[in-house]
Amino acid sequence: MFKYLADKLVYQLIGIKPETMLGEALDFFFYDTMKVFFLLVVIIFGVAIIRSFFPPERSRKLLGHRREYVGNFLAACLGIVTPFCSCSAVPMFIGFVESGLPLGVTFSFLISSPTVNEVALVMLWGLFGWKIAFIYTATGVILAFFGGIIIGKLKLEHLVEDYVYRIKMGESQAVVPTWKERLGYARDYTKDILRRVWLFVLIGIGLGAWIHGYVPMDFVLKYAGPGNPFAVIVAVLIGIPLYSNAAGTIPIIQALVEKGLPMGTALAFMMSIVAISTPEMIILRKVIKPKLIAIFVGIVTGAIIIIGYLFNAIL
Amino acid sequence: MKIEILGMGCANCNKLYQNALEAVKLSGKEVQVTKVEDIQKIMSYGVMSTPALVIDGVVKVAGKVPKVEEIKGWIE
Repeated sequence: MFKYLADKLVYQLIGIKPETMLGEALDFFFYDTMKVFFLLVVIIFGVAIIRSFFPPERSRKLLGHRREYVGNFLAACLGIVTPFCSCSAVPMFIGFVESGLPLGVTFSFLISSPTVNEVALVMLWGLFGWKIAFIYTATGVILAFFGGIIIGKLKLEHLVEDYVYRIKMGESQAVVPTWKERLGYARDYTKDILRRVWLFVLIGIGLGAWIHGYVPMDFVLKYAGPGNPFAVIVAVLIGIPLYSNAAGTIPIIQALVEKGLPMGTALAFMMSIVAISTPEMIILRKVIKPKLIAIFVGIVTGAIIIIGYLFNAIL
Repeated sequence: MKIEILGMGCANCNKLYQNALEAVKLSGKEVQVTKVEDIQKIMSYGVMSTPALVIDGVVKVAGKVPKVEEIKGWIE
């Protein structure tokens, strides 16, 4: 349906010939824009409704005193559905630690929460199809599961700031929202996300369309194709400082994949963009010591690089 | 009546604080609005997501910014 609309708009209304590079690039741009914005509205609204059932206070109760493994898996899954914003990272971290949750389980949550985020999911679904979106989600959960287990095994409790252990959390009677409130929340949330990402989405798709139409086919193959053994590492290191622009980078990655970028390298790049963010690390510094932040970043980076090579080998 | 805004100084916390001030002004009542930025105090309310709004010790909302009219409704 979007393909038909884009074709009609570009080739008939604007009147550019389909065989031209400009025509192809424009068609690609309108097609992707319509599809992505449609998915953004539908999926983010749906995710927000689900999230209204899982406030962090509830996740804390669900996780209870769960031990390793089961706890890590559950935390990785809850990380997807619990609304997370970096300004809540500190109270959330303290709340989990205070409830007696092992440090490793808490980290499983902290890894999956930003990694499997709804904007990245929409962009992947819209531009790569649901299979890649699903693989990405599953990989994110696995990454959070193992990352948390490794941190748990390292016994790093002494690297949490001492005052965290002294805080006593009070009880709050959870206010259960009505359906009207849930829908209102979902509507506001969707609007808020759209307001924040629309420009990046347009720029990203625009650049992607330009690459699609103008960059020669073997360009990427020459530099980041399967022939370059360091491509995954370089991609991950570039991705880490690009935080919060999953919306803008995924369309570009998609165009590059079309030009020969291996899927594993692409997935590793996307993960590194969202999984490790500088603002989140700065905020977490309030509750954990720099050494633990370094270990956390190191483990996640290493794991993402391994994931990249793994997928390059099997996909 | 006393309104407390829980949050460690993020953008949303400030927005909620402004909304609360606005709501108090509209209601015309004598209400004291204070910011609570100490994490120990924030946690003592059992809140894990900020910003949160507390009226006379009762958590009204956590993890989102309610609109001015909503807050005004709670005041009245």
